[in-house]
Amino acid sequence: MTSMQPPAGPGPLMRREARLAWGLLLPTILSVSLVVVLPLLAVFWISFKPVRLADLRAPVPVVKETLRGRPEAPGDPAMLEYRLRNSSRDKVIRDVVLEDVLPEGLAITELDPRCSLEGRVLRCVFGDIEGGFRDRLRMPVELEQAFFDSGVRLKDSPVTVSGRSENVLTNGEFTLDNFRRVFDGRQFWGVLGVTVFYTVFGTLGALVLGLFSAMLLNRSFRGQGILRGLYLFPYVSPVIAVAFTWVTLFDPFSGSANALLIRMGVTQAPINFFGQKPLALIMVTVFEIWRYFPLSFLFILARMQSIDEDMYEAADMDGASPFQKFRYLSLPMLMGILSVLFLLRFIWTFNKFDDIFLLTGGNAGTRTLTVNVYEQAFAVSNIGAGAAVAVVIFGCLILFSILFFRYASREEGL
Amino acid sequence: MRRGYVTGPVLGVLWALVAATTLSVVLSFATGDAYRPGLAGSVLAGALAGLLATGAGNRWLVAGLTVGMAFALGFVWAPVIVEPAPDPLWRLVVAVALGLGLAWPLMAMLAGMPRGALTRHEFEEAVIRFLTAFGYVFFTAIVAIPFYVMVMTSLKSQQELLANPLDFSLEPGRGWELFRSYRELFADFGFGRYMWTSFYVSVLTVFITLLFSVPGAYAVARLRFRGRAALSRSILLIYMVPMIVLALPIYIAFSMTGLRNSIAGIVMIYPVTTIPVALYMLQGYFRGIPGEVEEAGLMDGLNRLQVIWKITLPLSLPALASVSLYVFMIAWNEFLLAFMLLDDPAKFTLTRGVTMLNSSEIPRQHLMAGAVIATLPVMVLFLGLEKFMTRGLTAGSVKG
Repeated sequence: MTSMQPPAGPGPLMRREARLAWGLLLPTILSVSLVVVLPLLAVFWISFKPVRLADLRAPVPVVKETLRGRPEAPGDPAMLEYRLRNSSRDKVIRDVVLEDVLPEGLAITELDPRCSLEGRVLRCVFGDIEGGFRDRLRMPVELEQAFFDSGVRLKDSPVTVSGRSENVLTNGEFTLDNFRRVFDGRQFWGVLGVTVFYTVFGTLGALVLGLFSAMLLNRSFRGQGILRGLYLFPYVSPVIAVAFTWVTLFDPFSGSANALLIRMGVTQAPINFFGQKPLALIMVTVFEIWRYFPLSFLFILARMQSIDEDMYEAADMDGASPFQKFRYLSLPMLMGILSVLFLLRFIWTFNKFDDIFLLTGGNAGTRTLTVNVYEQAFAVSNIGAGAAVAVVIFGCLILFSILFFRYASREEGL
Repeated sequence: MRRGYVTGPVLGVLWALVAATTLSVVLSFATGDAYRPGLAGSVLAGALAGLLATGAGNRWLVAGLTVGMAFALGFVWAPVIVEPAPDPLWRLVVAVALGLGLAWPLMAMLAGMPRGALTRHEFEEAVIRFLTAFGYVFFTAIVAIPFYVMVMTSLKSQQELLANPLDFSLEPGRGWELFRSYRELFADFGFGRYMWTSFYVSVLTVFITLLFSVPGAYAVARLRFRGRAALSRSILLIYMVPMIVLALPIYIAFSMTGLRNSIAGIVMIYPVTTIPVALYMLQGYFRGIPGEVEEAGLMDGLNRLQVIWKITLPLSLPALASVSLYVFMIAWNEFLLAFMLLDDPAKFTLTRGVTMLNSSEIPRQHLMAGAVIATLPVMVLFLGLEKFMTRGLTAGSVKG
């Protein structure tokens, strides 16, 4: 008799379900790891390599073929010329070999010692060529009637040059210079300070304004929908549009804000809002608050509308004043969403790049870590150093996400 | 402090400062003349209006008295100052605007408040009503002003802008000439093509995103397998990787494979940035669909894929609409990747095209016209389908 025990381990149905689940997830997992995980690993790799922007193009031998002497009839003196150079100024290319098929009716009278001819195939061996190498290979040729009759041009048979060059990205050369550069002295601490200021005040400001505006709209009146839509504008419009609008608005020469302030007598001379320390940093933080308060507003409003009215009625019966109701009822109810929003916004503000890049380009003391990635990689064209900054960012992020999952995941089902 | 005849005037003064500043800014932007709030006039007008409004019975009387007072003050200490002094008729218009802007909100704030000693409740009610009114003005101003400036600047000419940056008034007589910047953008800068590129890139992004994220979200929401919890956490983690960190290796990889400067590369990369968001939003919705409906389908002989296609998807059409809209918005607004990966003006997306206008050789109104062109489609979509959009934004907890 068989025993009446439940089966141990996953049954066939369950295994089939799991298989299906992984099958459904496979495309997503593959694509995401291709574009997120792989690049992250690449960033780590690159951060230890001495890569500059120019190194992304591997050095190649470049050749140009010409027929000199303007021959017009058979017997005219002519020269076949190959000009070869190394595209890189400082990298060696190894085992460079040039190969070309000579057209009919063209015969080389004096072969260069580096070259050999097999049938119509010309083959010249250059060996290793240094960076900045340039050479001209000239060989006198004799042209027969067939060359002119066929009407072929030299370009019709392209020259091939082959050679091996080392790519910095894949060779075994490693360095810690990038990190040394990044952590170099005061600049790093300056950047970190700016990032912390921007992140902390940007997050808190957006949260406070979001809470304020959510309280305004947490009542029904005519036009409530319109106002809600309007208040979301900064968030849903493209960042380039609003950033350039702010730049235009606060322009020191033709900006309306400055014109208004001067005419109102607030200042005497125009203020360069995005061009002077420390005002520029304050302005980009204000921009961040302005652009992202709608997001906090939306979440807080959604949470507010789900709070039970009964509680407030009970508080009224007990004689609680409006401020007390806010302090002792609303705020504790909103604490969950507020802390989740704080953590999320903190991380995203920390990650923010486009806003500052568009407003100031990281000048005037507004260079955050993310802007520094771009600055190092493209403005100074040192990809390795950019990647090193990215690694630093990623390290901070891991720290944040540990905090996030420890404190926030229980709240609000996020 | 907690006495009606103190609280009323104090709130009145504060509100008068708000109202006078608002009116000055509005008038400045509307006429191009420099209006500014006058401190003495505002304080006086506010205190009086606050006193009048406290515990007042007849609102028409209060409004009338306030307007009269604002007009009279205009000759001595004007709450809203403009130089040179305007003609009497305009002075009256300004006084009426200010008087109503003072009296009406103040009545709402203070009418229910007694003149004598106040309870804590009454006092806080009044303060909260003041803060509410201030909040409406404040938020409307900070949101509306930049967009107003954006639209109006795009309709001006360079000389007008330099001559008086405050003057946003339009001459309707110019007719279609007002839209010259727009015409030039479409005719000479190829904005029609950029728009089309942006449009089809966004639509393709939406489709590819849905194609990948619907099955994925279903698996995470419905099917049981080992590692499900870890998986849904790592989806959130991907939210937190900054784009600029990824953009660097992507730039390198695209440079080396020749995908840089191609629409194909953009279409490959955009969906991956949106798939995690979409997956997260959709799985939340799928969880909300009762499992019994699907089980009924399974009993009737459908397999899982058929269940998804015939039962789950039709039931989640609203969620699909939200997700599609949201993904469309992300793709349409995307700037960083387009900026780094596209160099060839023939292949620009709209956002990349607008970046190109940010140079000292191209007049400001062109830049602003470009901004309007980039913003308008999103706004239209957003206003038309606001309900879906808002739901999508909240459901996804949303990438910023």
